[in-house]
Amino acid sequence: MAEVVFFIAAIGVIAGAVGTVTLRNPFYSVLALVFHLLSLAALFLLLRAEFVAAAQVVVYAGAVMVLYVFVVAYVGGDRSALAAPVGPRLKVLSGLFALALLVELCIAMIGTTLTVLDGQGTGFFAGFGSPREIGRLFLTDFLLAFELASILLLIAAVGAVLLARRRSGLEMAGDLSVADVMRGTHGTPGPAELETQAEAAGPAPR
Amino acid sequence: MSLTWYVVVSAFVFAIGAGGVLVRRNPLVILLCIELMLNAANLALVAFARAHGNQDGQVFALIVMVVAACEVAIGLGLIVALFRQRLPIDVDELRELQG
Repeated sequence: MAEVVFFIAAIGVIAGAVGTVTLRNPFYSVLALVFHLLSLAALFLLLRAEFVAAAQVVVYAGAVMVLYVFVVAYVGGDRSALAAPVGPRLKVLSGLFALALLVELCIAMIGTTLTVLDGQGTGFFAGFGSPREIGRLFLTDFLLAFELASILLLIAAVGAVLLARRRSGLEMAGDLSVADVMRGTHGTPGPAELETQAEAAGPAPR
Repeated sequence: MSLTWYVVVSAFVFAIGAGGVLVRRNPLVILLCIELMLNAANLALVAFARAHGNQDGQVFALIVMVVAACEVAIGLGLIVALFRQRLPIDVDELRELQG
């Protein structure tokens, strides 16, 4: 039973990865990656990593992929899909490089004398990989990594907002003081409003 | 089910992701390929955690997922900024980041 599930999930994982790389339209690439992530969650379940599988489905296949879909819709997928493809020489060279990497990884990971990989793995206890156990590890042994991860997420969120903001926003902040806003003298539409109107009318032709 | 199979699948996915980073020119798809490589690493980590009967590898995989989410947020922010500047969404034509 486990073998059947493994091979179905593994074929799904590799097919999703190939689809992500080869599909021309970025929107279909994102959908292929979602399929890849869901299959990967099945593999995690087979490896007794329940919480990692749940986080994979909820955080990755849910939240992160929604972000991708929005950005692909905003940027517009088909225009970049029409760009001239990479030259055939570079493509062959890249394929050879990827193949060499695969061979090297297989030699490195299978060719070792790690005997643990031959079997099903050592025995595990009842709550192995459950949210309770992972939470206990995060708040005892890996507390520093946990806190650093939360700080990193905060920095990334602030950085993403700063990167994606409107460029005129910074100039506005210079000449607009809080006192002006309080007095209500800031009545005329600034560059930010004008840009919002221009954006509503559609992107300018390149 | 030998754990070697999981590690081989992980190696395949990593190689496919690395090839995709080299072949594709759309930065969105390059970000997706980096996700593929990170997921391959996650699969290997979880497989080794299972091999040793130790949950530390699963904690490591969760931290990798956090870092991947941060990387996606910053990368997509950069792409939106490029689009706002009316720059081409193509890594071959983007040779400098100076605004």
